[in-house]
Amino acid sequence: MSDLAQTAGDGVVSTSVPSFSIWHQGLVAAVFWLLTAAVTWGLPDVLPWGSAGLFAAITATGGVLLLALALTLHRLGAFGRRIAFWGPWLIAVGVWFLVWEYTTAKTGWLPKPFFSPPHGLLQVYVTDWSRLLLCIGYSLRLWGLGFFSGITVGFTIGVALGWSARFNYWGMPILKLIGPVPATAWIPATFYFFPTTFHASVFLVALSCGIPVAILTAAGVSQVNRAYYDVARTLGANDRFLVLKVAVPAALNHVFVGLFMGLYYSFAVLVVAEMLGAKYGLGWYIAFQSAYSAYANVYATIVIMAILCSGLVKLLFVARDRLLVWQERGLI
Amino acid sequence: MSALAQTDGPARALSLDIRSVSHHYDIAGTRFDVLDDISLSLTPGEFVALLGPSGCGKSTLLRLAAGLEHPRQGTLLEDGNQIEAPDPSRLLVFQDPTLFPWRTVRRNVATGLEARGLLPQRAHRIDEALSLVRLEDFADAYPRQLSGGMAQRVALARALVNDPGLLLLDEPFGKLDSLTRLSLQTEFLRLWQTAGFTALLVTHDVEEALLLAGRIVVLSDRPARVLAEFRITADYPRHRDDPDFVRLRRDILHELGVQSV
Ligand SMILES: Nc1ncnc2c1ncn2[C@@H]1O[C@H](COP(=O)(O)OP(=O)(O)O)[C@@H](O)[C@H]1O
Ligand SMILES: [Mg+2]
Repeated sequence: MSDLAQTAGDGVVSTSVPSFSIWHQGLVAAVFWLLTAAVTWGLPDVLPWGSAGLFAAITATGGVLLLALALTLHRLGAFGRRIAFWGPWLIAVGVWFLVWEYTTAKTGWLPKPFFSPPHGLLQVYVTDWSRLLLCIGYSLRLWGLGFFSGITVGFTIGVALGWSARFNYWGMPILKLIGPVPATAWIPATFYFFPTTFHASVFLVALSCGIPVAILTAAGVSQVNRAYYDVARTLGANDRFLVLKVAVPAALNHVFVGLFMGLYYSFAVLVVAEMLGAKYGLGWYIAFQSAYSAYANVYATIVIMAILCSGLVKLLFVARDRLLVWQERGLI
Repeated sequence: MSALAQTDGPARALSLDIRSVSHHYDIAGTRFDVLDDISLSLTPGEFVALLGPSGCGKSTLLRLAAGLEHPRQGTLLEDGNQIEAPDPSRLLVFQDPTLFPWRTVRRNVATGLEARGLLPQRAHRIDEALSLVRLEDFADAYPRQLSGGMAQRVALARALVNDPGLLLLDEPFGKLDSLTRLSLQTEFLRLWQTAGFTALLVTHDVEEALLLAGRIVVLSDRPARVLAEFRITADYPRHRDDPDFVRLRRDILHELGVQSV
């Protein structure tokens, strides 16, 4: 423990566990979480939202856990250090819950229906979870089909554009022309050409992520150091080897930039496409609930989408770090 | 003694004939002469050093010999056959190690065998080549984790594992510190003596040429012409304080237009 106490002083984020072994930040966080529980349970809602008891129970549990951690963290070793790192965030979340709860449900300063207290969102999950799960399933299916077909085609086209001068001559001007057009601008045409709105939506999602992947893959492949090709050719490599074992790995860094861009674009397009003509899906759910001014439902869905999207971004980071182990690691 | 001597396909040394080769580049529309009527023959197993000032066209000549480019005039023959395209029988070790940064040391060395589909039969050759350049312990390291001298040794192993009959070396020791250079030169000499390939070594270091080569060809400033040839018959290992060595060194520097001290 002594090494931890020593490093605490010079770290940017203080993770101190003082020598008399109370984790101060945990204590402060516990106070705010318990205060949130007390306010939620003790004060009446201006207008009833439901699930106030449940939210109070959750925050109270969190507060008690934090209190326990504040007293025992110094005995938890590496796990304790990891928790301690998040101390300032745990405080911030407690404060945020308290202010949010107080300004919405308890005082109505931020009025219904435009704003919702945290237990308003909780109420949505409690009452509508089955439909939300169904929507998540539909959205992930549409996104998965679109994203994976889009990046496969985009990557293949990108390699061809970067490798073959002939392909580049015809392909690059077209790509440069349609690349900057937001995929959603094609909605009228695609809904005409595809048999169902589902097929049209898959196409739009694929287009939105395929284009950045194609452009960046092409840039990556065309920027590969010629000397690598010379070395490989003297070693007996044929064109296939040059493309697959030299050009592609050398361009992988660019490809991943394209994949990250494509991931964000595809999510934006997914929601818009679902709003227009889907039966289920998170975008559809948002459009449907907005029409009834059920903004708590909308916020609850936005939270789900944020978690889904950042989860997928996280997965992509893991994939990148696996494939690019040979590189010096940067900050992100 | 060497692993190379006891392999399935020990290098059959190949001859190289460079016949009246001239070459130029076009830079921004103007003709830029690089090689001027170069003729040079290497018999199988010979060790020839090409010596010339920086920028005279030495690397260009090696690229032509490797088959990476075609000469504007003249022909290059390997064992009597015209050189048209790169071929793993004749390998070029570049001025920069140019290791593939995404491949481990082992997989860098394996590249040639992998590209020719020989990996299954000759996988054992990779470990032999790595121990030849004393890098067994770094087989799983990535190039960014290597020092300059280690990277150059990997590049050497990557060439040797293919049992080339002709090895073209473009200032392979040029960028190393003097101690590393000395030990690599000695190692390379040992490899040449045991494996018996033909070697054409480009260098701008007179002493290096004198320590290693059986014949030294001195090139002029750009466009490169053959200025003179020196045959060195002294036994290995050679010593810098040997009177013949000192005399040759002075003569060669004189050819290059440098007054020796
Ligand atoms: N691909 C190229 N295009 C145009 N000029 C080149 C090219 N490669 C080499 N040169 C020029 O040819 C000359 C000889 O280059 P090089 O053979 O690399 O010299 P050296 O290896 O003897 O230092 C240099 O002046 C260089 O600028
Ligand atoms: Mg050179």
